[in-house]
Amino acid sequence: MSSFRVSGRGRVDHTQPIQFTFDGKKIKGFKGDTVASALLANGIHLMGRSFKYHRPRGAVTAGSEEPNALVGTRRGPGRFEPNTRATVQEIWDGLQVNSQNRYPSLSFDIGAINDKAYMLFSAGFYYKTFMWPKSFWDKVYEPFIRAAAGLGVSPTEPDPDHYASRYLHTDVLIIGAGPAGLAAAVSAARAGSRVTLVDENPEAGGSLLSEPSAMIEDMPAWDWVAKTVAELKELGVKVMTRTTAIGYYHQNMVGLCEKLTDHLASPDGETPRERMWRVRAKQVVLAQGALEKPLVFDGNDRPGVMLAGSAQTYLNRYGVRVGNKAVIVTSHDSAWYAAFDLADAGTTIAAIIDTRAEPNGDLVAEATKRGIRIMAGHTVTGTEGRLRIKSVRVNPITGSSVGAAEVIVCDCLLMSGGWTPSLHLFSHTKGTLKWDEERQTFLPDHKAEECEIAGAGRGLWGIEAVLNDGAEMGAAAAKSLGKTTKAASYGVANDRPGTGVSHKELPTDLDAGKARAFVDYQNDVTAKDLRLAVREGMRSIEHVKRYTTNGMATDQGKMSNINGLNIASDALGVPQPKVGLTTFRPPYTPTTFGAFCGYHKGSHFEVTRKTPIDSWAEENGAAYEPVSLWRRAWYFPKDGEDMHAAVSRECRATRASVGIFDASTLGKIEVVGPDAVEFMNRMYTNPWTKLAPGRARYGLLLGDDGFIRDDGVIGRLADDRFHVTTTTGGAARVLNMMEDYLQTEWPDLDVWLTSTTEQWATIALNGPNARKVLEPFVEGLDMSDEAFPHMSVAECRVGGFPARLFRISFTGEVGFEVNVPAHAGRALWEMLFEAGKKYDICPYGTETMHVLRAEKGYIIVGQDTDGTVTPHDAGLGWAIGKMKPDFVGKRGLARPDLVAEGRKQLIGLLTKDGKTKLEEGAQIVLDPNQPKPMKMVGHVTSSYHSDAAGRPIAMALLEDGFNRMGETIYIPMPDRVIKATVTGTVFFDPEGARLKL
Amino acid sequence: MLLIHCPYCNQTLPEAEFTYAGEAHIARPSDPSSVSDEEWRDFLFIRTNVKGPHYERWRHFHGCGRYFNAVRDTVSDRFLITYKTDDPRPELSKLLEKSK
Ligand SMILES: [Zn+2]
Repeated sequence: MSSFRVSGRGRVDHTQPIQFTFDGKKIKGFKGDTVASALLANGIHLMGRSFKYHRPRGAVTAGSEEPNALVGTRRGPGRFEPNTRATVQEIWDGLQVNSQNRYPSLSFDIGAINDKAYMLFSAGFYYKTFMWPKSFWDKVYEPFIRAAAGLGVSPTEPDPDHYASRYLHTDVLIIGAGPAGLAAAVSAARAGSRVTLVDENPEAGGSLLSEPSAMIEDMPAWDWVAKTVAELKELGVKVMTRTTAIGYYHQNMVGLCEKLTDHLASPDGETPRERMWRVRAKQVVLAQGALEKPLVFDGNDRPGVMLAGSAQTYLNRYGVRVGNKAVIVTSHDSAWYAAFDLADAGTTIAAIIDTRAEPNGDLVAEATKRGIRIMAGHTVTGTEGRLRIKSVRVNPITGSSVGAAEVIVCDCLLMSGGWTPSLHLFSHTKGTLKWDEERQTFLPDHKAEECEIAGAGRGLWGIEAVLNDGAEMGAAAAKSLGKTTKAASYGVANDRPGTGVSHKELPTDLDAGKARAFVDYQNDVTAKDLRLAVREGMRSIEHVKRYTTNGMATDQGKMSNINGLNIASDALGVPQPKVGLTTFRPPYTPTTFGAFCGYHKGSHFEVTRKTPIDSWAEENGAAYEPVSLWRRAWYFPKDGEDMHAAVSRECRATRASVGIFDASTLGKIEVVGPDAVEFMNRMYTNPWTKLAPGRARYGLLLGDDGFIRDDGVIGRLADDRFHVTTTTGGAARVLNMMEDYLQTEWPDLDVWLTSTTEQWATIALNGPNARKVLEPFVEGLDMSDEAFPHMSVAECRVGGFPARLFRISFTGEVGFEVNVPAHAGRALWEMLFEAGKKYDICPYGTETMHVLRAEKGYIIVGQDTDGTVTPHDAGLGWAIGKMKPDFVGKRGLARPDLVAEGRKQLIGLLTKDGKTKLEEGAQIVLDPNQPKPMKMVGHVTSSYHSDAAGRPIAMALLEDGFNRMGETIYIPMPDRVIKATVTGTVFFDPEGARLKL
Repeated sequence: MLLIHCPYCNQTLPEAEFTYAGEAHIARPSDPSSVSDEEWRDFLFIRTNVKGPHYERWRHFHGCGRYFNAVRDTVSDRFLITYKTDDPRPELSKLLEKSK
């Protein structure tokens, strides 16, 4: 193994070598490595190119906040993922990793020309560069932006993995299993609470995994972690690793994404790749810790420039030295410890540069003991090196002036600008923040949820302080749940407490306007961009953010927010708390669509409702169409028939003899009770009082605004019982509306409403021979025209099944609708179909149903109406019970706009050539030669080829349509203008002669 | 996802069981034909659209099916109270007092 791996060090398993590929090159690591730690162990810092300038970049962190080291990972066909953070992805044998944003190769990239042209890409460049000329937009700018935009490449194959979804209820949810989270879990669990502890890392321990020399309760930190996790499991705590809390929602609901297989070389195929947990917790403890901030100086993005704490993590957790010769630049004590650990592991520390004039004396003594050069009160003003840092430029600061530069050779530069508490989840809850002047950062203030914030997440520093705070907060959570408990108290030896200061860009003796001092690495936003945004008039931090894109990348500004704020605050001349922080939004880290979809994909994407007769249709070759959630037989093509041929045949057969149709999807509502007729009178436009039991009527339902909502045939079965049918898509809506009026406006009415849509299978028989087919199966009913005329309903037996039989027609032919219990639907259908064979019975689908009804001018609510159509507009004025004192919509119909002249009205259209079928939705004009934009006076709502009419027919909503009978109107299409004549809407058998037996 | 208390079931249940049903305490005039066009317009369309505590209706759609009333703060998305349809409109000052 390479000289960067420290033998025996870290938590990786040195006895288990792993081999993976990076851009096709074989790389060796150990079990427990991430892609980043394994690459660093091989001396590789260059891991990607940046988004805008294609600048060479390496890992700057060791965790999920990583902005630079984004890679593509491939695990076989369909299992390609772009933008995986190399610092998080665990390695396994055979993993294929590729760098991104480079062509033709990572070390030589043509797109890096953008870097030379960086002046063009300054803040707001999208807004400035692509403004004009307008003609450039389609051909030049948009293709350029599309090619340049986006990180990585999207996978192209369907995702073969499956994803799961679970709910979890817990007393205390603790987010983060570092020292604060572990101590909180101990407190809460010992108090007897049900505790769930989650952490995004593969193992618990958090920052303790990077601090093996600390002693907790006289135990090495790692031993204490192991002992504590064992105790928690013993106490029944659910410990979830590789699990990220992605969002914190109302009433303590937290979304967790658990990664289950991405770290495995050969998943078993059964385990879901990821599982989304929706956790409802009585109490939440946020123990997310803090994230280290970079320092902002020219060249702070070169591969080899890394956060000091991350270098410490690579050493202590992965056994990897990130370089042979390091320079430290810091404004916080923590980086000194990273220097000491690296020095002790064999890395030469060329210098510790501290921006503070007088660093902590103990640290200076420790450094001096190790022979490390200390440069207090210094700044960094530049770095050199193309694909890896080679040297750093350092200058002394005296008061406000920057002295002469010195260049120090190095192969890595470890920086620390202090630590930012992780406020993301807390901010999701709209908890408020307050500026902490001493720590120069925002801290949680007013809480909006039942939660506690523990440890570094509320600005504490040092293991002992954080452990004890965690213990207190865990106990506080338990106490809120009524438990009596006392927090444990922890003593820590070899602790590393510390303090620091916060900066805007570091001072420089060079032209700050030329500095490539990055604030947001992932979006390539520099300090100069932020200052430019302020100069160009952005005042709100939200505007600065959008103008520069600072903090808008997939890392959500985890590292850039406070640096960006410090710089914007300085440029605006307004203190940070007055500038404020931009909004954190879920998810905390990028989350796959798969995790959100869970089980809802493919045929499980949504429910498919099927009728009891659906299986017969499927066996008989039906083509289907979706109608709301139903799948309905659309037409039944015979050999070689297209849709047009099949529908023509079905229409002819029905009008010539008999057709059979599955109408089971019709909504059905049973309206029952002593006040049923009064309720019907108030809901529907029609009068119901005089409708005798055994009779049926077309019912029209309006909203109180006067517009048509739904329609359907309604049968009265008894004085106190109605069988209401609704449109297929309107069933739930109509019942909801009925319930609303019944419960809240007319609670005095004694009526029960029950949805019976799925209790009944409904078979429609239409055509001159419909009765002949049906009659032999009917018991207990005289089916003569006199005893059972058109618009009748009866309870009887059909085919041996209890039935509700309607004589109604949606085709203009003699028609029956037989309702039998759903379980009997298919059996009765087959009996009728068998018996109908001698009459050439023809099964038809929804398309033929549409054509046959259109030939008769029967409307379909939602197709011929659109929520702005009154009964009068639709030619249904006859359905209004004018004598009724009130019904839903009656007052609405008297509104001025609804009685005004010139409303759009439903009329028929016949194209002049008698051959052209209009397009549904096509717009109508009165004068095709008028200048554009033309005045549109209506649109085509229904249009079909009609065999019965021998020509295409259409219906349309047309301004003042009833007064335009016989007039010519025009339908402009992309290639021509179609002429049509305005007619009535009944195209076939206007006298209704065919309805008689 | 919110948790909502159904005053009929007397249980606090996930939002997914409920549907929203617009502003509360807008009674349909008992004799619509006697009201002016303006009054009818107001009944149909004019809503308070408040920023803050909002009197509104919900239906326990996938539960008992009952409509009920609620006061929810549209800024914080928090329920101050839910109550039965025929309960009197609760006074805001008392609710705010209680929620403190
Ligand atoms: Zn309920």
